[in-house]
Amino acid sequence: MENLSYLFSFDMLMTILRLAIPIGLAAIGGTICERSGIINLGIEGMMLLGAFGGVLGTHLTDNPWMGVLMAIFVGGLIGLLHAVLCIKFKTNQSVSGVGINILATGLTVVLTRAVWKTDGISGQVDQLPSITIPVLQDIPFIGRIFVNQSPYLFITIAVVAIAWFVMYKTKVGLRLRAIGDHPKAAETVGINVKKYRYVAVIICGMLCGLGGAYLSIVQNNRFINNMVAGRGFMALAANIFGGWNPLGSFLASIVFAFAQAVRIKLSINIPDQFVQMLPYVITLLVLVGIGGKSKGPEALGDMSD
Amino acid sequence: MQMNPKRRATLNAMLSNLLLSMAAIVLSLIVAAFIMLTVGYNPIKAYLALYDGAFGSVNAVSNTLSKSIPLIFTGLAFAFASKGGMFNIGGEGQLYVGALASTAAAIALGNAPRFIILPAAIFAGMFAGGLLGGFVGVAKAKLHLNEVIVAIMVNYIASLLTSYFVNGPMKAAKSMTAQSDLVPSSALFQKIIPKTQLTTALYIALAAVVIIYFFFKKTRAGYNIRVVGENLFAAQASGVNKTMVIILTMGASGAIAALAGVTEVLGKYGRFIDGFSPGFGFTGIAVAVLANNNPFGIIVTAMLFGALDSGALKMSYVAGISANMVMVIQGLVILFVATPQIVQWMNKKGGKKLGKS
Repeated sequence: MENLSYLFSFDMLMTILRLAIPIGLAAIGGTICERSGIINLGIEGMMLLGAFGGVLGTHLTDNPWMGVLMAIFVGGLIGLLHAVLCIKFKTNQSVSGVGINILATGLTVVLTRAVWKTDGISGQVDQLPSITIPVLQDIPFIGRIFVNQSPYLFITIAVVAIAWFVMYKTKVGLRLRAIGDHPKAAETVGINVKKYRYVAVIICGMLCGLGGAYLSIVQNNRFINNMVAGRGFMALAANIFGGWNPLGSFLASIVFAFAQAVRIKLSINIPDQFVQMLPYVITLLVLVGIGGKSKGPEALGDMSD
Repeated sequence: MQMNPKRRATLNAMLSNLLLSMAAIVLSLIVAAFIMLTVGYNPIKAYLALYDGAFGSVNAVSNTLSKSIPLIFTGLAFAFASKGGMFNIGGEGQLYVGALASTAAAIALGNAPRFIILPAAIFAGMFAGGLLGGFVGVAKAKLHLNEVIVAIMVNYIASLLTSYFVNGPMKAAKSMTAQSDLVPSSALFQKIIPKTQLTTALYIALAAVVIIYFFFKKTRAGYNIRVVGENLFAAQASGVNKTMVIILTMGASGAIAALAGVTEVLGKYGRFIDGFSPGFGFTGIAVAVLANNNPFGIIVTAMLFGALDSGALKMSYVAGISANMVMVIQGLVILFVATPQIVQWMNKKGGKKLGKS
């Protein structure tokens, strides 16, 4: 069957990776944030502002790389907001996340109108160009991964590797995980819990911003109202499905992306809604399956210090 | 006349909560005004137009009231679960399945008289929403899962499921858009003011406020929920069945949230339209938090958010700003009101500057 062989083709693999990139980046951000014990329901809003920031930065400088930096900056700023509210002011973390999402939905449209005088859609900007990596492209079989690809592919792989390495192979990662499980014990042995939390939430915002910009200046060339369309919550699901582990989060994003790719590429006759539903159904089943024995941080959302 | 001390303490607490809510609103309006100034709009012009659009005429007021109805329900739903110490973020999914079940019931009962079809449609919606909420309750009480995460997953599954139905089996014949058939007119709420969207659904919302207020004040069940919400260990000691309370509380919360969807269908559209909710479930969280979960307070805060929604178009038209500015205000209100410490902190800083502290 022609369709079935396509499933294992290089083209399919690249489609999956492309769909997984924005979800994966945000999911790793969520993992880092929640490992520090802070719940982040604002991922969706952070991605949306990142998507907008990417277009605005590109618009202002005519350089998509500046757009990427702007997206990271904007995401980090919103991360800082969430961090200040949750850590300094002890706001209910879920409420803060909901507030950030509503704020981001409104603010991006207001700003789009302010800059481009149009409702819900920005003007066109340059896209982040694809790159080919010399030398590596000559490796047999896997060489073509390095030909004419979005730099995002390599950035994402680097983020996965670095996040995993830092979290499981360094003292910083050990401390971060300790804070998420037993913040008071961590405090007692002299770890600056607040500092770790601030940094973790801000990094989460930056990764969400980075992931959001992929949607606006790589897959698109403009900002469109609400263009994140639930990927932030999908990232949240991927983080849980992936067991609060950066590598797991990324693999979960790939599983979710695979489901989307199958529908797009094979045009199988399944209603769209069921494919969209899959990430949430899988995550729910995993949660129900493992029950209370989830691998999540033990003191998630607990700010009783 | 002397007031008894306990009563005075509650009154003081209510007053300080009220002040905090007002401070949050004022702060949000100020920050939003700065945002408008920064991007080159006139905030005073915008606010005046917003006010005019929300309260400037009979039509405007009834539009404001009509827009506050779903928010009263989602606000009450969130407050109900909060009393039991639970965070029901599932209102969005619950109102969608409620709306769909209600639509299906009304269409199925087609020729039945009004006094059967309307209550049956309302009940079907509440039942469906209640089941969804109850599921989250079971996941929390029996499987010890975090109700927020479970409810978020359920939100997506539920609203996508309703989307499937009105794009597929329940889609209106010959319709270009994803929507169900019209429900029979006998199932519709009647208009309070002709040619506006304000219907008798408002009375149901107000009745729900009163019922829930007395439920928590006067009934044993309401008391048990509060016991569970305030201290789980005391609840176990006093023989309250914690598991059952959690499941039933989430179920009831889901049923109340469902009414938001039911009244939109039977009051406003007369049919299920795919994706009709602009996030009532999430805004309801803000409505409840702003009212400090007080049912009567929820009427006021829902009206405030309803007014923002109904004045948005006029504001956009007059001041040239995107109507979405009201979402910015709503988002800011949520962040400020959820953070009472900000107001206290500003007080302290202000005090220091004036050399008082």
